[in-house]
Amino acid sequence: MYEKMKLSWFSNLKGDTLSGIVVALALIPEAIAFSIIAGVDPKVGLYASFAICVIIAFTGGRSGMISGATGAMALLMVTLVRDHGLEYLLVATLLTGVLQILAGYLRLAELMRFVSRSVVTGFVNALAILIFMAQLPELTGVTWHVYAMTAAGLGIIYGFPLLPKIGKSIPSPLVCIVVLTSVYLLTGMEIRSVGDMGELPDSLPVFLWPDVPLNLETLMIVLPYSLMLTVVGLLESMMTATIVDDLTDTKSDKHRECKGQGIANIGSGLIGGMAGCAMIGQSVINIKSGGRRRLSSLIAGVVLLMMVVFLADWVSMIPMAALVAVMIMVSIGTFSWSSIKDLKKHPMSTNMVMVATVIVTVGTHNLAIGVFVGVLLAAMNFANKVGNILYIGSEEADEGSRRIYKVVGQVFFASSEHFSGAFDFKETVQKVTIDLSRAHFWDITSVQTLDRVVIKFRREGTEVEMIGLNEASATIVDRFAVHDDPEAVEKLMGGH
Amino acid sequence: MTEQVMAAIDGSRFSEGVCDAAAWASLALGAPLTFLHVNDNHAAPEERNLSGNLRAGARERLLEELSLLDEQRAKVAQEQGRLMLQAAKERAIEDGVAEPGTRQRNGTLVETLEELQNDMRLLVIGKRGEGAEHDGDHLGSNLERVVRTLHRPILMVPDAFKTPERVVLAFDGSKTTRKGVEMMAKSPLFAGIPVHVVIVGAETGDNRSQLDWALKTLRDAGHEAEGAIRAGEVEATLRGYKEEQGIDMLVMGAYGHSRIRHLLVGSTTTEMLRRASVPILLLR
Repeated sequence: MYEKMKLSWFSNLKGDTLSGIVVALALIPEAIAFSIIAGVDPKVGLYASFAICVIIAFTGGRSGMISGATGAMALLMVTLVRDHGLEYLLVATLLTGVLQILAGYLRLAELMRFVSRSVVTGFVNALAILIFMAQLPELTGVTWHVYAMTAAGLGIIYGFPLLPKIGKSIPSPLVCIVVLTSVYLLTGMEIRSVGDMGELPDSLPVFLWPDVPLNLETLMIVLPYSLMLTVVGLLESMMTATIVDDLTDTKSDKHRECKGQGIANIGSGLIGGMAGCAMIGQSVINIKSGGRRRLSSLIAGVVLLMMVVFLADWVSMIPMAALVAVMIMVSIGTFSWSSIKDLKKHPMSTNMVMVATVIVTVGTHNLAIGVFVGVLLAAMNFANKVGNILYIGSEEADEGSRRIYKVVGQVFFASSEHFSGAFDFKETVQKVTIDLSRAHFWDITSVQTLDRVVIKFRREGTEVEMIGLNEASATIVDRFAVHDDPEAVEKLMGGH
Repeated sequence: MTEQVMAAIDGSRFSEGVCDAAAWASLALGAPLTFLHVNDNHAAPEERNLSGNLRAGARERLLEELSLLDEQRAKVAQEQGRLMLQAAKERAIEDGVAEPGTRQRNGTLVETLEELQNDMRLLVIGKRGEGAEHDGDHLGSNLERVVRTLHRPILMVPDAFKTPERVVLAFDGSKTTRKGVEMMAKSPLFAGIPVHVVIVGAETGDNRSQLDWALKTLRDAGHEAEGAIRAGEVEATLRGYKEEQGIDMLVMGAYGHSRIRHLLVGSTTTEMLRRASVPILLLR
């Protein structure tokens, strides 16, 4: 265990330390921006990012991944904060943590396999669009100074890394913030700064229990929010974990990650922070900066808190335009631009799933609903496609007194209509033979359809004989995990 | 697959000794010999980009960059590994092994050995890998983890290897070492090699009867056996005994104590491995 710990914490000291600092610098503007989205003081997001970063370093299941206050979560809290206030948000955060731990023990991460690639892409794109849209209030009804500053900020963010040597050793978002803050202070222009948006942390966080009545009424208020937060938090965390898995070509423990996210959220709620989850953009930045182990997340959290607490006066002077520039960068970096190119290549049904996920999410500002619609559509697409794999042919026998139907393929709720439509009940024959030995009946709908077919033939005075029904209906049985046994698969799916 | 002698090699200077030791063990045990080289292609990158920004398509581009880096490294490592395995194979054939096999796997050393341990009768491994060749007194970062993880006997080779002529067994009457005595008595590995059984501790009746049991077991199996009870600190005493008697291999149980104790006072096994100048056979 000691060796394992050494490996998962300290085997990449230099890379993790540097990347942790880079991530901390990038986390500050994000945490402030997401607090503003949620409608709470910047300190709520900053404490949350600190707590989640530090706790997840110990409890998480995916090393090298960065978690904190996120836009996806912030969007879900808006109405709760507006209608009931911060204290209820803290309760919702605690409850979210409990639910996520529960989800970890129930191994709900297994459900992620039903979330298709297109839904993931839709999720990511919707998230990027929502983050971008959340910046618009800062860009409407303002003087030209704000536009100039934002444009300059973007110029620095994308231009600075092109400089030789220093471009790759100093984080460009930091340069952007420092330069814009200096310009703002020197010119004294009249634009909004972070200090105008609410309170910043002035001390190290303290332990506090939310000041709300602990009764059923409170529970009923926060539960729907907590459920949404749980789902979205775990979804984004699982997706991010997969991205980090791919980038580093290593494995993660998804169930441990669920529990870890829960513990981190409870910790966040107890020091006055909002609920959060894994952050796609930050995790990519961490990997890019050389972070791989748990230490990177711990350092990011600690550095974030130190900088914010000790430099609070300076942080409050950062112009909002600088934050907007950083957030536009995050949204551009999060968006999957290749998915637009892929629209032409991918089948229409897949595109529909992606686009629907984006539209529903952007329309409802709720990633959970968007993903739900996406998964539903993808499932229907799949059912539709598999339902097409059904062939029913027939031939005459015994000089026209008998007809033999041969059924090949998948019969289930989506294809049972097609199945029953393929029989000719008007034909007068003495006997009908239905050969089902190469068909698969997947559900009760298909069995009932078969029953109806048999009854209909009988009512026409036709005798029905069925071949291979037992093999065909073997697939109805709920538990048949045979995918690791080629012979069993062949027996079940092959020609029997 | 039959159980075989596996020898983990890499580019370090310890690999030659590992080759010879593995060839000796394979011949003595009559077990097939396989050389193993493990490529760990996912070490953290040396170059870092601390620009901290996200461009359009940042994820895809990063994935591409990282895979390209890994790919290049992996190709070189694969080729080097093949050459090393070839060299090891030739050396083993010179040493008299008929058909040594070779195997290359991707992953970390410890994980790979863990996966392969069911096919393993004995693992031969160097004191340090190529990453830590010049660390003087230190153990390689992998060795201790390997020893703790595997449930197979491990022969650790500190440097060049020569066929042992006098072997010492560190004996404390514990279950592991009693089993060790029985294993040694039965094993063809030490046929014809005199065995010294040493108990580090006080000259008590209990220790004496333990020692007598060990010597009897060995002698009954046809070994030439001697025994001694020495008081003192384990590592220093055994080292003293080794020098005094011209011992050229040490057999001992590995990590008999709890991890908590290890964290607080350190482990005799680690200490022995670190200071070793002759091969050590660790019994699990």
